[in-house]
Amino acid sequence: MIAELGLAALWLAAGLALLQLVLAALGLGRARAELLSGVRPVAVAQAALCALSFAALIALFLRSDMSVLLVAMNSHSAKPWLYKFAGTWGNHEGSMLLWVTVMGLAGALVALLERTLKRATHMATLGAQAAISLGFYAFLLFASNPFARLDPAAPDGQGLNPLLQDPGLAFHPPTLYLGYVGLSVAFSFAVGALLTRTVDAAFARAMRPWVLGAWVLLTIGITAGSYWAYYELGWGGWWFWDPVENASLMPWLAATALLHSVTVLATRDALRAWTVMLAVVAFSMSMVGTFLVRSGILTSVHAFAVDPERGSFILVLLLLYIGGALALFGLRVGTVREGRQFEAVSREALLVVNNLLLTVILGVVLVGTLYPLMAEAFGHKISVGPPYFNAVAGPLALALMLAMAVGPLVRWRRDEPGVVAGRLLWPAGVMIGMAAALGVAAWGRIGVLPYLGLVVAAGVALASLIPLTKRNLRRTPLFTYGMVLAHLGCAVSLGGMAAESAFTTERLVAMKPGESVEAAGWRIRFDRAMPLAGPNWVAMQADMAASRGGEDIMLHPQSRFFSSPPTTTSESAILTRWDGQLYVVLGEALDDGRWQMRIWWKPFVTLIWLGGLMIAAGGALTLIGRERRGWMLKLRRRNAEQPA
Amino acid sequence: MRRLVFLLALAFAAPLTAQTALPPAPYANQQLADPAQERKAHELMLTIRCVTCQSQSIADSDASMAADLRSEIRVRIAAGEQPEQIRAWLIERYGDWISYRPTAEPITWPLWAAPILLLAGGGVLVLGRIRRRRRNA
Repeated sequence: MIAELGLAALWLAAGLALLQLVLAALGLGRARAELLSGVRPVAVAQAALCALSFAALIALFLRSDMSVLLVAMNSHSAKPWLYKFAGTWGNHEGSMLLWVTVMGLAGALVALLERTLKRATHMATLGAQAAISLGFYAFLLFASNPFARLDPAAPDGQGLNPLLQDPGLAFHPPTLYLGYVGLSVAFSFAVGALLTRTVDAAFARAMRPWVLGAWVLLTIGITAGSYWAYYELGWGGWWFWDPVENASLMPWLAATALLHSVTVLATRDALRAWTVMLAVVAFSMSMVGTFLVRSGILTSVHAFAVDPERGSFILVLLLLYIGGALALFGLRVGTVREGRQFEAVSREALLVVNNLLLTVILGVVLVGTLYPLMAEAFGHKISVGPPYFNAVAGPLALALMLAMAVGPLVRWRRDEPGVVAGRLLWPAGVMIGMAAALGVAAWGRIGVLPYLGLVVAAGVALASLIPLTKRNLRRTPLFTYGMVLAHLGCAVSLGGMAAESAFTTERLVAMKPGESVEAAGWRIRFDRAMPLAGPNWVAMQADMAASRGGEDIMLHPQSRFFSSPPTTTSESAILTRWDGQLYVVLGEALDDGRWQMRIWWKPFVTLIWLGGLMIAAGGALTLIGRERRGWMLKLRRRNAEQPA
Repeated sequence: MRRLVFLLALAFAAPLTAQTALPPAPYANQQLADPAQERKAHELMLTIRCVTCQSQSIADSDASMAADLRSEIRVRIAAGEQPEQIRAWLIERYGDWISYRPTAEPITWPLWAAPILLLAGGGVLVLGRIRRRRRNA
């Protein structure tokens, strides 16, 4: 019953999306304003029905209803409830249902909360949002029905990939999807503004909070995903330039560029066409990412759906939406009035540099990700991996960091080069000092990129704080704090990446119980390895004691064996200290009673994710600050209109 | 408890028999004594794809194929071979696909040209805009 209810709700939601599109199109096209009043309620109802459908799927997973094909294929009755719950989106159909649910909810939020847009633009935006949703509803209903029945029901399910059986699954995909799909709002705004010819500063101010919100969630999602891969895969890596990681990085890069260009448009009324273009590109990158992941065209750990039919379906959607938006852009870009002019030394100019570098990095990641496919078409099977991405994106990212340090210290409109240089004196001094100190201490022992990374991180960290100097900190707007925090977070994260790459100590050893090993100032003793049973796995767990001069701290790395499906995973033991993490993995048992151990000391590696969280928190502060200022202005205006 | 021991035996027996069936790769999980050589070997491993895994380098994989190649690389480095010689040997044996650093020519030229072209094109656009605007002002 629940499955049929879910399917019915999904069909109804799709029907309402169609209605939403038709109402908006007829209302705007034939200027029949009475039709427009229906758009917002329909958008809300569509979201509610879609959420109901998703809730039904969650219920089916929680109840382990093995008469539903999707549950039988991807769940197992012996799984802990958290993974039954999160397993709802740990598969192709469920994750696509989550995708349309988020898209519907985003549309409902735009319908309910958006107050600053002109009515026609607002309605066109909701129409565009419905049009995108419609394609994905069709994809679900015709090519990936999550509610398909299995007759007769399976005695039990095939289980969830054990790598995914981690609390990370409950958190990482939904956050990432909220970000991915949140960008659909920016896309719809851009389409709405192009249709109604209202690309201006007011449009940018209305779009900004949505972009910020999506960007914050994307940042959290990517940060969480990176940490998840780091502790779950058991080899201490935190970024692999895996196609699926690139698929999440590309929308983030586009959204970061958009975030900055939308600020130029809102503040200075410049970069109009470019901002609209970026809004289209950002969500297009989300869709391209989904296509790459869902079609299984680039196989990787994340591609749990390898199905060319579905791939072509998404490809058609992709071409339809991206092509349609670009065609609209081409038709209407002539009507977008040229924005204001700007000087070579101005904050606008530096934000343009920021956009240029981010776009080039985006292009590099896109080309690098797709290149193996293109080469294969010409009969060459090649790989494009970390050596390419690090070598190309690394220097560009460092240049971007420098631009980020300078940007906030330059005034809008125009500034004097000499004065700007004066503001940069201290950061430049820190960088020279850092370069010299590191050069003396570690020359030849660390790579060029980590070396430059550490130098740039130090200078940028200091420079990012300068906007808070020489001003009344109490009167400093919240969004300035947000910017400072986010930029500082970039420096912190970069510092962590560079320190980890430069100074990690690796020890691979085979140990008998009772033996000890030294690694980077730590003494690690292996006491014993004992069997252990979990809810749906059995494991060997090692008791290990680590100390660095002080007391012993117990560590318990495990080697887990899951029976459905049969897989072995390593549960690493991670000891976090202020200056880094000790990362211990239990490997295989050898014939002579020794055990393989992998031990890493990773100095300041935690800064990578701390920085990511700072960036997200900075974005959230900016969002709150901007919104609060908006309310204050509105309140003041209202008070002025109504004298007490 | 007995059931647990049985399951464990099942879980760990398979890899063990698999290992003893083949000659063990001595340097799969054992580092070279010379830290400079080990660093060279590790840097190379990071750029070699584990062909039986999904998007992992042989430095990040439990697969037996990755373990064998790690050992092979360490042995060759210890014997004084240069990393690029070893890469060439691997490519000859497994094809271009094994190297995460795209080396096949000329098919990879556009790949390396892409960032330069993008940067140059974008730079010209931006510079042109600023200059034109200054003339207007």
